[in-house]
Amino acid sequence: MASLAATFGRGAMTNGWTDVANSDVVLVMGGNPAENHPVGFRFVMEAKRNRKAQLVCIDPRFNRTAAVSDCYGPIRAGTDIAYLGGLIHYTLTHNLHQAEYVRLHTNASFLIAYGFRFEEGYFSGWDAEKRTYDKSTWQYELDSQGYAKVDPSLEHPRSVFQLMKEHFSRYTPEKVASICGCSVEDFLRSARIICSTGTPDRAGTILYALGWTHHSHSVQLIHTAAMLQLLLGNIGVPGGGVNAQRGHSNIQGATDLGSWDHLPGYLKVPKAQQTSLDAYLSDFTPKPLRPNSMNYWSNAPKFTISLLKAYYGDHANKNNDFGYHFLPKIGANEDHSWGYIFDRMYAGQTEGLIAIGMNPVANGPNSLKMIKALSKLKWLIVAENFETETAAFWDAKKLAEKDYPAADEPAKIPTEVFLLPAACFAEKNGAFVNSSRWLQWKHAALEPPGLAKRDQDIIAGLFLRLRDLYQREGGTAPEPLLSMTWNYSNPASPSMEEVAREINGREIATGRQLSGFGELKDDGSTLCGNWIYSGCFTEAGNMMARRGQEDPTGLGFFPSWSWNWPANRRVLYNRASADAQGRPWDPSRSGLRWDGKKWIGDVPDYKADATPDAFGAFIMLREGVAKLFAPDFVEGPFPEHYEPVESPVENPMHPAVSANPLAKIFSSDLDPLGSPKDFPYVALTYRLTEHFHYWTKHVTANSQLQPSFFVELPEELAGQKNIKNGDLVRVTSARGKVEGRALVTRRMRPLTVNGQTIYQVGLPIHWGFVGRVKGPLINNLSPSVLDPNSGTPEYKGFLVNVEKV
Amino acid sequence: MPPDLTRRTFLKTGATLTTLFGFDLQLAAAQVRQLKISRTTQTHSVCPYCAVGCSVVIHTLGDRARNVHPTVVHVEGDPDSPINRGTLCSKGISLKQFIVNDQRLTRPLYRAPGAVEWKPISWDEAFDRMARLIKQSRDQAFEVNDAEGRRVNRWTNAALIGGCTNTNELNFLLGKFRFSLGILAYESQSRL
Repeated sequence: MASLAATFGRGAMTNGWTDVANSDVVLVMGGNPAENHPVGFRFVMEAKRNRKAQLVCIDPRFNRTAAVSDCYGPIRAGTDIAYLGGLIHYTLTHNLHQAEYVRLHTNASFLIAYGFRFEEGYFSGWDAEKRTYDKSTWQYELDSQGYAKVDPSLEHPRSVFQLMKEHFSRYTPEKVASICGCSVEDFLRSARIICSTGTPDRAGTILYALGWTHHSHSVQLIHTAAMLQLLLGNIGVPGGGVNAQRGHSNIQGATDLGSWDHLPGYLKVPKAQQTSLDAYLSDFTPKPLRPNSMNYWSNAPKFTISLLKAYYGDHANKNNDFGYHFLPKIGANEDHSWGYIFDRMYAGQTEGLIAIGMNPVANGPNSLKMIKALSKLKWLIVAENFETETAAFWDAKKLAEKDYPAADEPAKIPTEVFLLPAACFAEKNGAFVNSSRWLQWKHAALEPPGLAKRDQDIIAGLFLRLRDLYQREGGTAPEPLLSMTWNYSNPASPSMEEVAREINGREIATGRQLSGFGELKDDGSTLCGNWIYSGCFTEAGNMMARRGQEDPTGLGFFPSWSWNWPANRRVLYNRASADAQGRPWDPSRSGLRWDGKKWIGDVPDYKADATPDAFGAFIMLREGVAKLFAPDFVEGPFPEHYEPVESPVENPMHPAVSANPLAKIFSSDLDPLGSPKDFPYVALTYRLTEHFHYWTKHVTANSQLQPSFFVELPEELAGQKNIKNGDLVRVTSARGKVEGRALVTRRMRPLTVNGQTIYQVGLPIHWGFVGRVKGPLINNLSPSVLDPNSGTPEYKGFLVNVEKV
Repeated sequence: MPPDLTRRTFLKTGATLTTLFGFDLQLAAAQVRQLKISRTTQTHSVCPYCAVGCSVVIHTLGDRARNVHPTVVHVEGDPDSPINRGTLCSKGISLKQFIVNDQRLTRPLYRAPGAVEWKPISWDEAFDRMARLIKQSRDQAFEVNDAEGRRVNRWTNAALIGGCTNTNELNFLLGKFRFSLGILAYESQSRL
């Protein structure tokens, strides 16, 4: 998501599930929708049936998506950047890119400062001592007005286009094959299909999931995919896009509503040095980099002040910077993302953790570290449908002694634990945001069982108790708490409709619900809980509960089914589906067109009555166009193949700089890394179609279908070790071990990497030490190694050993 | 029944026989064809698993009288949804067993420091104790100004995680809760 936001302007799937049916070529890589998003996958099958679309699947395993593909190619886990880099190389050397699109809608023509280069694994500006980059040579060359200089011919040697050509000239098919472990023929077969969509009349989509995000270079990986799609003219067009298939029902919504460093709507949590609202807003409100850049983030003050009014109500006014000072501030170089939370907890620096529907012992990397970290807490509050490994962490010694001989005896664990029974999805109303950014309202069907409470009642209970304590007793800094609005009709059980109305926003004086974020003001006269959702609950009612069936364009947009952000635009960046005159690149698949006065089709991602030449198509970016060159990322403005942090080989591109030089690794005694000498095989974790994450091990039918953990091994490796189907095997990493029955298959072939034979081992997730069925937690094995931009752990492509028990 | 009697004429006859036998055979004939779900309340919801966002119809049975809790008898794909058109996958199809499940937690549990087992605790007691612990940790560790004297209003020795399987509205409330207390360490499944 960090990648898509920097490249295009928003961190979300660009198109949507129903739109996949409009594709001519579907590339599935880093995901397995046939098994993990089966209902979404039906649109791939529709595209195949109705448009004769070709499905290409590149995956370490010949999975069920591969089984129905037109072209399957194997790949070594963690080498996707090399593969995609090879596709970019193939596109450019065969002149297959959509030239006019690239000129019009990307920063290919922008000139980069003198001195930018890439040598021996590093971009210019590497500081070996501080292990960081000075980015001054990664910047655009600006003219006297502060705009980026461009060369529309794309011939200038310092233009992004030429620099990109040079950068990817190393990614020849032979090089790709030697890194990824595929054959040159397999690679070329897939390239011919994937790179065939650079014509106006063809659209290709990419579907990916956690197979791409679970790497120490995941953000650069997704940027590579985005670059390929931009070169092929596939962004903004129906049937195109870079489409993240998200793994949880409201992972998109949770992201939209904030994280450690984000406020709702991708506004930023302020930093300590931003000592006033003015300082914060001026840092955060970007200046345009081209004269025609709409630079929509210039409205950030309206979004921010409306959020502060939602938070602090009458306590927010001009004289107190609208309550800006109540917000916590992040210190310089501080990181409070997942890996750091648990690293600090393990170091004994954390007293309390509240986990609402979240199971870090199971789903965080390095389970033993998670268990040991929780053991150092003073208190832990867990709200769940079922007992989880996190709630029961203090009993790990008894429940799973074999896996955790190093876990402490309960008597030695001082943590007070509260396990609160929470309502499940069916017992609560409110909205989930699916991958397509559709906010779909659900209605509560029944009451929670027994004494279980809805999560909103649990949070409200804690909030009201604390507010009462601070009112009666005082304490440290009561103001941020006492100033927070909680003016719901029933404060102990806030109505979700009321909260939804607050998120949508209203005019404070009249109470009128706003029709969209265009109405937001920076003078304190409007409130809005999340500007990107403004329009979801208007004077017309709850737009998220709409059930309209009509599909006026015939492209599967269904504009009156639910509501999607932003502004009910079904395809993001849809202005890019048309040329300089506003004519669709493909008239038979017209997402948007200019009729001389206004835009027709989808809700325009553009000013509705602005002429086609008024603005660039990527309105959220300072450039006004999408970024092939993105200086936002910490390890380079172009992607480069780096090996996983634990890798069986040295990087064939530059052995001296093998892994991502900025990958985040931890140094505690529980964070050892393995070497290929002791752990020669590449491990990848995956999901099974019968289970959902760590939930359905509590459900009878799913537990019966897949009762036990297994280890998937290639035939050749099993043969070498005399392991037969069903034998008990032990898989070890530098962090821990798991045991399970062997499933010997031909789905993962031995790969030849840089002349060396490499085996991969498949490890399904889904089990744990509580539940109807039990098994080892796969994260006993995985490392706390993180992508430096997104903080996502490297669950795919770490090293293990395998032995027969 | 004479062999040439069709279903239609039988039902017609049935209607006239009503008066003869004193009850309606036609109704009885129709009754055997009805499914259990014909008497249920149908509620539109969304599958809580992956992010395809399949709409589901939850069928509950109960007479809607006061103090009578309906139970879920069936969950199926919503035929109106343009995404799933009535279908569900191998996970969604068992949602009824997720909702109605003897392993669901039904009362608050407490584990004291060093204890080897859970003990039931009332909500009131749990809320009071949790609020007290949160306040103690916060009062002691809350930083109003940093070393350089800048207002930072933050509480960094506690963390709040969750939200990816809950609603937008709950997530918004978690944001309010977090900022009331000054929590920076706030994360969800989206990072993983």
